[in-house]
Amino acid sequence: MGGLRFFLLAALAATTPLAACDRPAPAAKEAGKPSAAQIGGPFQLVDVEGRPVSEKSLRGKPTAIFFGFTYCPEVCPTTLGQMTAWLDALGKDADKLNVVFVSVDPERDTPAQMKLYLSNFDHRIQGFTGAPEAVAKAAKAYRVYYRKVPVEGGEYTVDHTSMIYLMDRDGRFVEPIGYGGPPERGLDALKRLLAL
Amino acid sequence: MSKFQAARCIGALTAACAALPLAGVAFAASPTVKVTDPWCRAAPRGALAGGCYLTLTAAVDDRLVSVDTELADHAEIHTMSLDGGVMRMRRLADGIALPAGRTVQLKPGAEHLMIIRPKAQISAGTSVALTLRFAKAPPLRVVAPVKAVGPMQGRH
Repeated sequence: MGGLRFFLLAALAATTPLAACDRPAPAAKEAGKPSAAQIGGPFQLVDVEGRPVSEKSLRGKPTAIFFGFTYCPEVCPTTLGQMTAWLDALGKDADKLNVVFVSVDPERDTPAQMKLYLSNFDHRIQGFTGAPEAVAKAAKAYRVYYRKVPVEGGEYTVDHTSMIYLMDRDGRFVEPIGYGGPPERGLDALKRLLAL
Repeated sequence: MSKFQAARCIGALTAACAALPLAGVAFAASPTVKVTDPWCRAAPRGALAGGCYLTLTAAVDDRLVSVDTELADHAEIHTMSLDGGVMRMRRLADGIALPAGRTVQLKPGAEHLMIIRPKAQISAGTSVALTLRFAKAPPLRVVAPVKAVGPMQGRH
């Protein structure tokens, strides 16, 4: 799938309003499809030490940001493992990037849980979480779709956008890296981001 | 196949007799399920869930209805999909159909066994004992080795 088409699909998926995500998006929503420039925006979360972070914390360095949860058995550990491999491959240049994993499951992903989970991966990957409303606001800012889905027995899972968004040093959206693509393509995208 | 039928077949090798042993086998097939290539994905420290995969072949139409493991709080049968970049995971409350003789593969990016709240870290080199329960076949205990999976290799 071409990058552009992938992005358009992603943008379409992201248009679905959070409150009505289990219903088909009304046709009228098509008109309000977000442009690339609308991905990213203000947020107020906390890092793995519980310290406040915002979009301003990321300014000055290009950023790779993605959303997930530690309860996720496949997509999230795979993305974090892949990101660790990319940061390894970038070597010192990786220090010029912000890499952020934002939880879409703030009830289970406390800062301590995020810290423990992220200790498996490259230490440069930051973990953000926060109050459910704060996470909802951040996801909305990044046009990230997520939905808590109850599972019999009191547990739940979370559907979520699996893409990594690349943002420039001023917080403007550049391009996404889709899940499951060739690893070289993602590495090239990160190199392009660093060269901006 | 009865001794009587067998004796008749030995005595007279007609086309009808040649077909008898086959019919006998189909009639006698007991509800069993063959399990191959079980494995679990190494889970990061602190992970609240892990995924296990295997290939099932049932002798007669059957269904994988549940899975247990002593290594975790509980285990569930799940499916996942990626559509438009959105990952969705669902519990399969009715399990997975196992049509007679057909190989059914549980694999990354699709149906899997989800190990929930593991009591110990699921790390590479260890193994996970799973008890699979079927609608017809007797339960099967399977020991799945834990493997570290390279990034993004899972779906290909």
